[in-house]
Amino acid sequence: MSDRTVHNGDTDHNDHAAPIDGADRADGADRIEGGGHTDGADRADGVDRADGVDRIEGGGHTEGADRTDSAPAPPPVHVRFEHVGKTFPGKGRRDAPQVALDDVNLEIRRGEVFGIIGYSGAGKSTLVRLINGLETPTSGRIHVGPHEFTALTERGMREVRRDIGMVFQQFNLFRSRTVAGNVAYPLKVAGVRQPERDRRVARLLDFVGLLDRAHDHPEQLSGGQRQRVGIARALATEPSLLLADEATSALDPETTGEVLALLRQVNRDLGVTIVIITHELDVIRSVADRVAVLDAGRVVESGTVYDVFARPQTEAAERFIGTTLRDRPSPATLARLRATHSGRFVTVRVRDQEGFQTRLARTFLDRQVAAEIVFGGIRELQERPVGSLTFVLTGPDEAVDAALADLRADGVDITEESEEEA
Amino acid sequence: MHEFLDNLPVFREAIRQTFYIVAISVVAGGLLGLGLGLVLYATRPGNLMSNRAVFLAVNVLVNVIRPIPFVIFITAIQPLMLHTIGTTIGTNAVTFALSLSAAFAISRIVEQNLLTVDPGVIEAARAAGARPVSILLTVLIPEALGPMILGYTFIFVAIVDMSAQAGLFGGGGLGDFAITYGSQRYNWPVVYITVATIIVIVQAGQFLGNWLARRALRR
Repeated sequence: MSDRTVHNGDTDHNDHAAPIDGADRADGADRIEGGGHTDGADRADGVDRADGVDRIEGGGHTEGADRTDSAPAPPPVHVRFEHVGKTFPGKGRRDAPQVALDDVNLEIRRGEVFGIIGYSGAGKSTLVRLINGLETPTSGRIHVGPHEFTALTERGMREVRRDIGMVFQQFNLFRSRTVAGNVAYPLKVAGVRQPERDRRVARLLDFVGLLDRAHDHPEQLSGGQRQRVGIARALATEPSLLLADEATSALDPETTGEVLALLRQVNRDLGVTIVIITHELDVIRSVADRVAVLDAGRVVESGTVYDVFARPQTEAAERFIGTTLRDRPSPATLARLRATHSGRFVTVRVRDQEGFQTRLARTFLDRQVAAEIVFGGIRELQERPVGSLTFVLTGPDEAVDAALADLRADGVDITEESEEEA
Repeated sequence: MHEFLDNLPVFREAIRQTFYIVAISVVAGGLLGLGLGLVLYATRPGNLMSNRAVFLAVNVLVNVIRPIPFVIFITAIQPLMLHTIGTTIGTNAVTFALSLSAAFAISRIVEQNLLTVDPGVIEAARAAGARPVSILLTVLIPEALGPMILGYTFIFVAIVDMSAQAGLFGGGGLGDFAITYGSQRYNWPVVYITVATIIVIVQAGQFLGNWLARRALRR
């Protein structure tokens, strides 16, 4: 995070920067008040959350103590959603209206890569289209830089859109134009004249590594190359904000990596704020600084990628981790393990806690409980460890209970795998 | 056969008249139809410039006029012709009516082809901050150009077909020639030569249309 705040304010891409936006927010609080009505929030309330993750609070919220961002004041807010709702009218008279987004509150900071993750139908695409006004909200307000988007006329919106690039899942390149023609299009729209336009197109194509394909048509390119043209086109007017709507979902894993690296480069080298929408945790893991989890039209969790995914508080976030990190043994795996091991199965969540494993070992030793690792894995998320270990504990029941109680008291996130699940 | 040669000057004049009627109808009707098609597409509810009232009005107008057979249409618009071009017979009158009739047919073809353009492309243009009119002209038409050329080719053939009825209103042309100098005099060579000429015109037009469409589609 901290290495990226450097880009703010000192690059010419941020003409539209609005430092005033963030100036009054020096407290570092990065919290979204949900008004006490999200499932996840209710749950979060019950858990001891001394670490101060920025996350939706159900009721009274706690100020400060955002561990990851505590040192410098956070950069100014680039995009802000205030109680935004979007309902689509039903198609016919009998068709019920569709609630796509419900009371969404978000703050996206200038210069960061902000991920929005959710399953299909969660409202991600609607959310991203509200940022550049391709959709208008039914309720609430949206601020982009100094503009309150929701108060703008269509003409005003067009002006602001030139400062917002957009990349699409299906690339949406103009088939009737060459690669160079595609990149030149937003410049034509913005009224950039001939020699200057050609210079900029050449520079952009060079940036995405496709200068030699300038005169080809999109159908002559591979998927990854097409998306790079899409990115060059989105960057043509030197926007300060880039929206990526499932930008890698139509690509194979290798090409996905290349495109994500390019997006990272856009963020680092040009200081462009990026909002990336995806259903893949891997995309979030590799590029995002902060993330919001969208479930059924609501933001159920948000915070740094590490905090949200190392300590998921909602089922939605948990499911994403479960499918990607496989942090807990599946019922089938557990059944196989039980056939060869006798004892109680517990899964311990591994995070970047100092001396964590030493404490674990000492507790088991103190309580005379034998512990054997039978499943698990630890990987890196934003350069910090995250994962889980499943132990089989053998020893007198009271001793095991006491060991578990000690560990829980010590702040270890430990779950006993119940017999019924097997 | 020598009888056909006697009528050669008339035949030449008939070809000239057919070309005149068809060319002006394709161009004038084509442009008017393009405009109507763009209005139909753009004002359709949910589209770029959605406007239910305009869409319904144009849609109903097109639906009412299109099924009217050309012979009846040209009679029905005689008052309009008197007002605008000052006559109801002759080559110009037929051309006027044919242009108008073709425009309504073309409007549907234009609309249909624009509807096949990927909405994502329009979204990309909107996201770039383009105005709706500019999107229509600089994105939608180029994107739909290939199939649209084929649609225009189809209409060209229909216009050649309809132009054969010009003789009924003193408009001349190949259809008139085939009937007056051919079938009514039992002069079959005249009929067949005329038919062959029409086939050549249609084939040439179709070939040109296919060629242009292929270029637009880069296939």
